[in-house]
Amino acid sequence: MKEILSNKPKKVILLGNEAIVRGALEAGVNFVSTFPGTPASEIGDTFAALKIKNQISKIKNNFYFEYSTNEKVALEAAAGAAFSGLKSLVAMKHFGLNVASDALLPVVYTGVEGAMVVVVADDPGCWSSAQTEQDTRYYAEMAHLPMLEPSNPQECKDFTKLAFEISEKFKIPVMVRTTIRVAHQSAPVLIGKIANRKSPILKITRGRFSTMPPRVLEMKKELLEKLEKIRKFSDGSKLNQIIHYPLSNIQYPKFGVIASGISYLYVMEAVKELGLKLPVLKLGFTYPLPEKTIRDFIKNFKKVLVVEELEPFLEVQVRAAAKDVNPKLEIFGSPPKFSNEKFRRAGSLPKIGELKPEYVLEAISEISKRKSQFNFKTHQQNFQKLNLIERFPNLCPGCPYWVVFSVLKEAAPKNTIFGGDIGCYMLAGCPPHNIQDWLISMGSSIGVAHGISKIQYPKSNIQNPKVITIIGDSTFFHAGIPALINTVFNKSNPLIIILDNSTTGMTGHQPHPGVGKTGQGEETRPIKIEDIVSACGVKNLKIVDSMRREDLIKTIKEFLEKKEVSVIIARSPCIFIKS
Amino acid sequence: MTKILNSRQKDFNIVIVGTGGQGLITLLKILAEAAMLRGFSFKTSELHGLSQRGGSVECHLRFGKEIHSPLVMAGKADLLFALEQNEALRACYYGSKEKTTFLVNKFSVFSAGSSGEVLSVDKISKALKKFSKKLILLDAADSVKKETGAVISAGIYMLGYAVFNNLIPLSSDLVLEAIVKTVPEKYSELNKKVFKLPLKVQ
Repeated sequence: MKEILSNKPKKVILLGNEAIVRGALEAGVNFVSTFPGTPASEIGDTFAALKIKNQISKIKNNFYFEYSTNEKVALEAAAGAAFSGLKSLVAMKHFGLNVASDALLPVVYTGVEGAMVVVVADDPGCWSSAQTEQDTRYYAEMAHLPMLEPSNPQECKDFTKLAFEISEKFKIPVMVRTTIRVAHQSAPVLIGKIANRKSPILKITRGRFSTMPPRVLEMKKELLEKLEKIRKFSDGSKLNQIIHYPLSNIQYPKFGVIASGISYLYVMEAVKELGLKLPVLKLGFTYPLPEKTIRDFIKNFKKVLVVEELEPFLEVQVRAAAKDVNPKLEIFGSPPKFSNEKFRRAGSLPKIGELKPEYVLEAISEISKRKSQFNFKTHQQNFQKLNLIERFPNLCPGCPYWVVFSVLKEAAPKNTIFGGDIGCYMLAGCPPHNIQDWLISMGSSIGVAHGISKIQYPKSNIQNPKVITIIGDSTFFHAGIPALINTVFNKSNPLIIILDNSTTGMTGHQPHPGVGKTGQGEETRPIKIEDIVSACGVKNLKIVDSMRREDLIKTIKEFLEKKEVSVIIARSPCIFIKS
Repeated sequence: MTKILNSRQKDFNIVIVGTGGQGLITLLKILAEAAMLRGFSFKTSELHGLSQRGGSVECHLRFGKEIHSPLVMAGKADLLFALEQNEALRACYYGSKEKTTFLVNKFSVFSAGSSGEVLSVDKISKALKKFSKKLILLDAADSVKKETGAVISAGIYMLGYAVFNNLIPLSSDLVLEAIVKTVPEKYSELNKKVFKLPLKVQ
């Protein structure tokens, strides 16, 4: 904490996420909102700690911080601040952007008055993510949202600061996109000065931020014009640079590499390991892509390798550019067709899971014909012969969910269908519990349960299964409420168990609307889940202590017979909550 | 006594493995701090979130003259700390006969939800030999408990062992300074004591 607040230029050890916070402070951020999600969680947590634990009132009073109800609301709040001439930052994990995208796309059209930075963290390899292996970069293209991609903590700080500058200059939201190995990478960072607070200016003139036809199409025109200016900026930006030049110094002048984000670090490591001097085009500003820079780079090569994690986002653009400037160019990267083999052809990179430095080394070695001293393939084959135990994450010892899960197994009939949702309790899907039949996204336990409950099987065929879903308190506030209203409105009868442990457990115990404390530690009126459930029109509602087995069993059995939707609020605090 | 990385070996690669809750991130932070104090370029990689809860955990630290990747390449670890013996096996991915020293804590975690065959220390050692230049098995938890009564800090004990046996190019003074900077003040003395224990036990 002391280090991140230092106001003297010096080197401090920062995690990528902490460096983003530092970059925002150096840019003079006024307004921060987020919904916790790993690998982005430490961004909000660090801002929260700065508000609650730090003693330096000057920095503390510089900005406002909140944990919002969900990512869409967080983004809207940040937009409101940026409409009012302030500098705002909103942070989320990749799936959060799916939720927020509905508001994001029009805000790129309207633009902002102050500055607005959207930080999104992807999770290649799904280390902390249940849903999909999503590549957020496509959102930049779809939304026409300028995007910067840092590769290390120093760049996390510098790029965030720059994102504010670009946003302020072009009056457009700017995305900083990281991946898990950037967000959770630590290294020494040279810090600068923390900026002073900016005052709000009232420039919300009538209609200025309204996207209504016919104005919406004019806005689109203005946006596209803006983007051409930003593309020029991107083409001239130091964020896009060629490493290992001049050409005279190069051993393999016919082969170049293009990379961005963490992939760039793996390329540099591979090149070092192989003792090669290859020209590498490092892209830090990846939307709008610096087309001229890319064309100039690829025009004299015979072969180019595009190193990127997840989807061939850059590669497709490079292929398009090559058609004009170098049609004979051989382009390596993602395998052209999916195959189970990691290396379908020499020089290609895997399509599933995160990239690793040795994969990049292999690909470069194959294309450049420079042999690696270490035989990775044999090593990997030997490794695969080992007998490894498989571990699943566990609920903490003493967690009330142990009781709830065991009760569910005992009380529910054999053919019950169990819905899961996002939170610690998704471990219901792991051994030894194994009570989860679907897990999709925040709040979907209830939405899907309604759909399944509506299905009527022909009586002679099978007995209609019971449907039980579990959803956590924070997730219920986030996206469960509209789905609950739908079950009442459209008359289905799942049993919904809301696990209320008074915190957002999985991501690091952040407060939510039911807790009575805001992200910056102020008292606020706790919103009672039972009040919401009743107000949605649910008649069968009981609050049960999660640790009381008999009460739970009795209530579950009783509610499973109901013809209308029923809700049990199973309440017992997370063991990490200090009473 | 500061050891300099020899000129042939540019980078030093450490992988720390264990199961969630064993203090891997603290160990990583101490090592990073020591690398910082020594003036090395370094990178770490850690994992947060659900992966911590009793699952396999893996952290990386690389230091040297100019470090790019936070991840150690397959077979390229110089030193491997395994705080749990079954995880040592998983860490073989980073080990090789050419360069890797395995420092393994004789301690086994097999919790609800784990599956597969639990191997004896002998069997694990046999497998590890194919991926290591040197294999050292320690009874870290036992030694710490016997000498201090504490049931934790196995990682700090192993760190002490590595430093005092020249398995890591960082001096004991630097690492002690890093311990003081990293762990909360009230645990500082205990950790310093545990760090120095391997000197006594030998």
